[in-house]
Amino acid sequence: MTTSILLAFITAFAVIAFFSGRRRSVAKANQVGGTQQLNSLPFYHGMLAVFWCVIPCLIFVVSWVIFDEYIIENLVITQLPEAQKNLSPGEITLLVNVVNNIVAGLSDTQGQALYLIESAHYLTSLRANSQMALTVIALSLAVCGICIAWVKIKPELRARNHVETIFKLLLLICSCIAILTTVGIVVSVIFESVQFFKQVPVTEFLFGLHWSPQVAIRADQVGGSGSFGAVPLFVGTLLISAIAMIVAVPAGLMSAIYLSEYASKRARGIIKPLLEVLAGIPTVVYGFFAALTIAPFIRDAGGWLGDTYLFELMGFSLQVSSESALAAGLVMGVMIIPFISSLSDDVINAVPQSLRDAALGLGSTHSETIKKVVLPAALPGIVGGVLLAASRAIGETMIVVMAAGLAANLTANPLSSVTTVTVQIVTLLVGDQEFDSAKTLSAFALGLMLFIVTLALNIYALSVVKKYREQYE
Amino acid sequence: MNNLKVNDEGFEQREPTVSKKTTLDLVNKTLAKRYRAEKRFKLYGIVSVCFALLCLVVLFTDIVGKGHSAFFQTYIKLDVNLDQVVLGISDINDPDEIKYANYQKALRESLKLIFTDVKGRSDKRKLNALISTGASYQLADKVKENPALIGQSIVLDVLADDDVDTWLKSRSSGAEGAFTGRLTTKQLAWLTTLIDADRLEQKFNTVFFTNGDSREPELAGVRSAITGSLFTLFVTLLLSFTIGISSAIYLEEYAPKNWITDFIEVNINNLAAVPSIIFGLLGLAIFIGLFGMTRSIPLLGGIVLSLMTLPTIIISSRAAIKSVPNSIREAAYGMGASKMQVILHHVLPLALPGMLTGTIIGMAQALGETAPLLMIGMVAFVVDIPGALTDPSTALPVQIFLWADSPERAFIERTSAAIMVLLAFLITMNTLAVWLRKRLERRW
Repeated sequence: MTTSILLAFITAFAVIAFFSGRRRSVAKANQVGGTQQLNSLPFYHGMLAVFWCVIPCLIFVVSWVIFDEYIIENLVITQLPEAQKNLSPGEITLLVNVVNNIVAGLSDTQGQALYLIESAHYLTSLRANSQMALTVIALSLAVCGICIAWVKIKPELRARNHVETIFKLLLLICSCIAILTTVGIVVSVIFESVQFFKQVPVTEFLFGLHWSPQVAIRADQVGGSGSFGAVPLFVGTLLISAIAMIVAVPAGLMSAIYLSEYASKRARGIIKPLLEVLAGIPTVVYGFFAALTIAPFIRDAGGWLGDTYLFELMGFSLQVSSESALAAGLVMGVMIIPFISSLSDDVINAVPQSLRDAALGLGSTHSETIKKVVLPAALPGIVGGVLLAASRAIGETMIVVMAAGLAANLTANPLSSVTTVTVQIVTLLVGDQEFDSAKTLSAFALGLMLFIVTLALNIYALSVVKKYREQYE
Repeated sequence: MNNLKVNDEGFEQREPTVSKKTTLDLVNKTLAKRYRAEKRFKLYGIVSVCFALLCLVVLFTDIVGKGHSAFFQTYIKLDVNLDQVVLGISDINDPDEIKYANYQKALRESLKLIFTDVKGRSDKRKLNALISTGASYQLADKVKENPALIGQSIVLDVLADDDVDTWLKSRSSGAEGAFTGRLTTKQLAWLTTLIDADRLEQKFNTVFFTNGDSREPELAGVRSAITGSLFTLFVTLLLSFTIGISSAIYLEEYAPKNWITDFIEVNINNLAAVPSIIFGLLGLAIFIGLFGMTRSIPLLGGIVLSLMTLPTIIISSRAAIKSVPNSIREAAYGMGASKMQVILHHVLPLALPGMLTGTIIGMAQALGETAPLLMIGMVAFVVDIPGALTDPSTALPVQIFLWADSPERAFIERTSAAIMVLLAFLITMNTLAVWLRKRLERRW
């Protein structure tokens, strides 16, 4: 029985549990003088029965599904011949993969060692047994739950209180998933990063000037130096983010000011949703736009400018890479405009009207009011918004993957090709990877850096914004 | 400003001083400059808004301009003689023979009929390259549907190769030089013959919506990607809606003011701003590495995306719950309702429209997300339409990413067309959200 059919069965049992629990409570109550003798409504008795039936069963199924492959694999390894057991962990994994392929019918059984075929049979039988055991135990747990409910339901049972407690606990568990996610992120990046830093010193990673993650698999391989100095990536990320911020901050801030201070209600009602459309466009679309429209345009424009008389006179040529940082940065800036605009809009609207009235009453013009009163008052909030936008620019992936290059150049020239942290993570992890090689692990170290930087920016920005909000509440 | 003058003058009469006069002069002198600054400032604002809107317009015209042609596909009209000998079928009633018959040869024969003068191996190969490799499957499907066609001669519109398609489109769009690509002069001459014989025509590109991915642009479609996206979204919706709403209820209605609650809130706010690629790393290290889940499946993609969209949904659901006035809760309590009843019978139904709006926006975000899916291997080359949550599949944005990397020119227009499809989905979802907000949300 597959797991999905099993789940369907459990659902069916839950329905049965509900109705049987409800009827049982009514029946019991009628023995002692009608339903008014019940402590809780029949509905709650039914719900309690459902909880008894489903919760242990689901906990069991989930933990079984998570751990069974792991246990089965270990069982298969323990019955391998002694000679194979002494191999390195990597080679054992390889053997297990071969066995798995035989079971899945991907590998030919012909020409395989006999012990592998035996293992394959063993694996098949183990899997069948595991599935069988899962089904039997899960369904008997469900039946047990119904039986317990049948026995336990009495008119004086405080079913409602129990149900409410369980309900609250379930809600609490759901809200703890946010914590679990954070923990998961931290654990996953830190665990792999520690392994990486065992192979590559932290100082080399943080301060090294050369990035070339190709690691030689054989000792005599050419070109596989494997140097992990991440400074070029950090510089590239900062360069592209800086270009994006140069585009986005003035444009976003000024549109927010215009929308909140000048625009009529009607204009605002039209423009704001349009800006939201800009924010809702997937990043992969921006990436496509940057790579296929803006980058060639900038390259051609650069070529054309370079040919003009002025540049010849000044005596330098204008070389624009077809994967220039400028293209990626500009498009990323456009993507961030609505983000900054809506955050600043909120902040500017939160400035009390009395401040504006006072400034206007003293005879300052509208723009002077904005520049001298509203903006200084809103500044902390705006700074917070800009920092959030910066963290988004740093973590942005698709635009740079599609429009920025892979060459880890250490340069501040926006017309040359640079690479970023996120681009490297994607290139290192997409496609074939060797686990536990420094190359793959370096992606997690980069991820750790990215997480730390964005987290610090976010926490600081959110605290600034929060403090600012409290100031005017 | 006139008022100011009068007031100032009135003031001056009572207390005439020299300094007052100079202040007024100063004000009047700088007034024009200040008004200019005012106008300039307002102009900056208008320019910024126009810049943003211009970018939007440029983006959309660029995508539509590149992509609209992909909705049409060039077909070549051929008179195909379904001769039993050519097809290599000895028994018409044997479905196996019909399945494996030599349809390619039949198509080649019919091309040969039009171009009788083409001789030589390489020329013949070039001539045959004009039709798509998928054309024989097209013919095969037709014959399988109706085996009675064998022995007859039929007129069939077969798929043209992508080079032909690109050339024809660039030619008809009126640019000075048509894009010839890999086409040789001989092939171009044959194509001109075909055009003169009225055998080339453009029809609506149904293949684009019914096929999966393919290396051949004319056979590539978005259906497998859309199906994969829908499966992924289904999982995301299921998980993030239930978990998101539950956490929102807990945080708004139950949570005591203590450090655990604060910690949960800090976590949610920070997760909302964590770069999406980090969630991909989480999926790779925890779900694939630790739990041993299969790569490339919508189930895993859905789980990762739901973790990513959870903060959005929780934050908007909390706002929706907060907006339900307290008097309703108190009225229900007054009638003897328990806490759970108050929440399930009163608060939740009233807050639901706001929660749905937030959920739809979160779903739109998940639908357009690419980076985490790349990390968990949903970049597979998927030809078959996935049929279950555990089939290897890809998603629409990932498909766009993959096609954008392809060197064939015909893939550019298909990428743009896929983007148009994606944007159509997103705009529909967002419109739905706005409509829901306007229609169902109550102001108290």
